[in-house]
Amino acid sequence: MEQVLQFFFEYKEAIFIIALSIFLGIEVISNVPAVLHTPLMSGANAISGVIIIGGIILVGHADLSRFSVDLVLGILALIFGTLNVVGGFAVTDRMLEMFKKKKK
Amino acid sequence: ESILELSYLIAALLFVYGLKLLSHPETARRGNLWAAGGMGLAMITTLLLHKANGEGISLTNIWIILAAIGVGAAIGWMVARKVKMTAMPQLVSIYNATGGGASMLVALLEYPAAAAGDVGSILVTVLGLIIGAIAFSGSLIAFGKLDGRVGDIMKPFMTYLNLVLLVATIALGIFIIVSPNPPTEMLWAIYALTAISLVYGVMFVMPIGGADMPVVISLLNSFTGIAAAMAGFIYGNQAMILGGIFVGAAGMILTILMCKAMNRSLINVIIGAFGGGGAAAAD
Repeated sequence: MEQVLQFFFEYKEAIFIIALSIFLGIEVISNVPAVLHTPLMSGANAISGVIIIGGIILVGHADLSRFSVDLVLGILALIFGTLNVVGGFAVTDRMLEMFKKKKK
Repeated sequence: ESILELSYLIAALLFVYGLKLLSHPETARRGNLWAAGGMGLAMITTLLLHKANGEGISLTNIWIILAAIGVGAAIGWMVARKVKMTAMPQLVSIYNATGGGASMLVALLEYPAAAAGDVGSILVTVLGLIIGAIAFSGSLIAFGKLDGRVGDIMKPFMTYLNLVLLVATIALGIFIIVSPNPPTEMLWAIYALTAISLVYGVMFVMPIGGADMPVVISLLNSFTGIAAAMAGFIYGNQAMILGGIFVGAAGMILTILMCKAMNRSLINVIIGAFGGGGAAAAD
């Protein structure tokens, strides 16, 4: 119990953020019409590409003086993250473009 | 440094605002652009302003970073523009796989830097690794199914195999988290964990019917968000934590809504496919 409380205290800000973000996510999504399910999924998918920031930091502090598998994997992570972000937003935009045409 | 934190806050708010607009037909396209803008802001300010541990060491290797982003952006953009309309869900699945793969790699590469016995940071690293790996391999299988490259393979023994894999993943994860050894001596375990998680991702999606794939992709998308948030904890990065958890929660609700639209429950989609006969009998 002591340890659990200690853990909570140490990470209290993070735990607050998590709890509030969960409610926010639920609240924002809950009234979406069925036609928008796929674009919304795609848009949310693009946002999960925020991992790219981790990729930037990772490669940004990597040691370049010698070749290593880690560096190659780091660059791969960065490329993967960019694919997720750029591809994700581009696909979502194209889906929504299609909706507009259908309506007219 | 404070400008960087402020830009992360703005980026996170733009994600929320963008997704809010995306859930209404008239404003959906604008919402997508707002969210993309938030992402661009977070990326640029990270490149320009990030310092290691909040101290003086700026990012190096800028050109390599820009080159990698350039390659990813060019491929991502071209494929997204050129692919056939009917192949869109497959593409979303592929991009989700890359996101999960990125989270997996970041966690894998940051693990050796964790301090021995630092339960908090090893916990988030292990979670990011497991969830990212499952999202990665699972999304690739989902892509294969939608594209007709992978059939629905369902054998009775797979239910038990999946259970064993899940238990093994959790057990190995806990073993790594509670181990007092320094991470550099535990590399074999983290590699094994990566491998098991990847296999579990494959086996998790394999028995699920092709028609249920959109729901599964939405679920895996939610996983990717959670994995990104876990990586955010490694760096103490608010934009990643908030954005990731937000997508994780929104994705989970969206998954449930999609199930409802098909008159199914989420459990039914996942378990129903596991032991098809048993679930049918229970109905």
